[in-house]
Amino acid sequence: MKHLDEFRDETLAARLVAEIEGLVTRPWVLMEVCGGQTHSIVKYGIDRLLPGEVELVHGPGCPVCVTPLEMIDRAHSIARRPEVIFCSFGDMLRVPGSETDLFVLKSRGADVRVVYSPMDCLDIARDSPGREVVFLAIGFETTAPANAMCILQARQRELPNFSLLVSHVLVPPAMEAILASPDNRVQAFLGPGHVCTVVGYGEYQTLVDRYRVPIVITGFEPVDILQGIRLTLRQLEEGRAELENEYPRVVRSEGNPHARDLVGEVFEVCDRDWRGFGPIPGGGYRLRPAFHDFDAERRFDETGDRVPEPSACISGTILRGVRKPHHCPAFGRECTPEHPLGATMVSAEGACAAYYAHGRHLASP
Amino acid sequence: MCLAVPGKILAIDDDENGVPMARTSFGGIVKNVCLVYTPDARPDDYVLVHVGFAIGVVDEIEAERTLRTLESLGQLDELSANEEAAAVGNPNHDASPLSRSRES
Repeated sequence: MKHLDEFRDETLAARLVAEIEGLVTRPWVLMEVCGGQTHSIVKYGIDRLLPGEVELVHGPGCPVCVTPLEMIDRAHSIARRPEVIFCSFGDMLRVPGSETDLFVLKSRGADVRVVYSPMDCLDIARDSPGREVVFLAIGFETTAPANAMCILQARQRELPNFSLLVSHVLVPPAMEAILASPDNRVQAFLGPGHVCTVVGYGEYQTLVDRYRVPIVITGFEPVDILQGIRLTLRQLEEGRAELENEYPRVVRSEGNPHARDLVGEVFEVCDRDWRGFGPIPGGGYRLRPAFHDFDAERRFDETGDRVPEPSACISGTILRGVRKPHHCPAFGRECTPEHPLGATMVSAEGACAAYYAHGRHLASP
Repeated sequence: MCLAVPGKILAIDDDENGVPMARTSFGGIVKNVCLVYTPDARPDDYVLVHVGFAIGVVDEIEAERTLRTLESLGQLDELSANEEAAAVGNPNHDASPLSRSRES
């Protein structure tokens, strides 16, 4: 397929690996921010093609992984209500709350439906006037425009039986939390290409300036990722800390102004708890007061206490790039994608799930 | 989660609520995609699609430029080292579209 196949080309990838080998003179630790990048890196074995000096650590860019337990429990509590049709992206269904998951609730009779787009929920709401349709709105900046449009359409189409359970998270505050942490090991970032497609890269320049850390906005195909790694390493080797855009075919400096406008109309920045991190100032979006009628937390008066993570799980340190999946004694034993103990095993984009899916539990890298 | 895939626009039409939609081909699989965030997209354009929404139009010229640069790696090392400009912004956060990473 055009715009995918060219960026999976083996010859180009081999050339980039050779360039990287010629570039590196000492050890470096890079973090790919986005879970989609982690998935590509492990799927294609990119980390194993790199010189031994280059260590990739896997970032927190998996919204399924970082949605806190109490929010999952809140979702389950709403989904249990007989009047509710609970809609979600498929990857949230297996995510364990403190008692159960959405699959189990569905098997017990809850009306849980998987949607491809939040807009699908509006037709369900139109066709089910006696029911309450709730969409679990999780995601990063990339997903916020879809959810914003969904709310605006719900209002325009006068669908009072629709609401969003919002658990939106934002990338730069999490990167800042990593950089400001005393145990930080990350020396440079591959930036999140699709987040920046929406919001642009102004905030990333701020991080570059404040922490003197190279950031290269990077795509998701193997050639993109290798080029992102090459540009990042070149900066490190040359002692530079700059913002570069490896992904100019879709990322513009200003992002997508149409999307930014509508997202700003519907959402406002708020502090948010991240699974594995704890509270992150400015770490998420919530609905603006003008849209509180569509806020499922208010509609169903759902609040939850903070719920502790299982003690065996080290996902907090994995999400911050301090440790890797195979460092965890539970990885691939008590903790598997079928029975995940914590954040990074629950979604295909989580570092632990990616390592498991590609057999990394069978032999340590 | 931030998975976004390029698809080729086949035809554009408003839906019954006045929202611009495009029949879009993903390697032969056709889906309806909301164009509200890419109002300038036209048939034959490639758009980057996430959860049913086009979030950007793929810039064909930039795609070609990136590929040409990568294809020349290792052959033009000396020549390209100076061309391969780095910074996309400056300390004043003035990130002009013209100051993108150029790898020509």
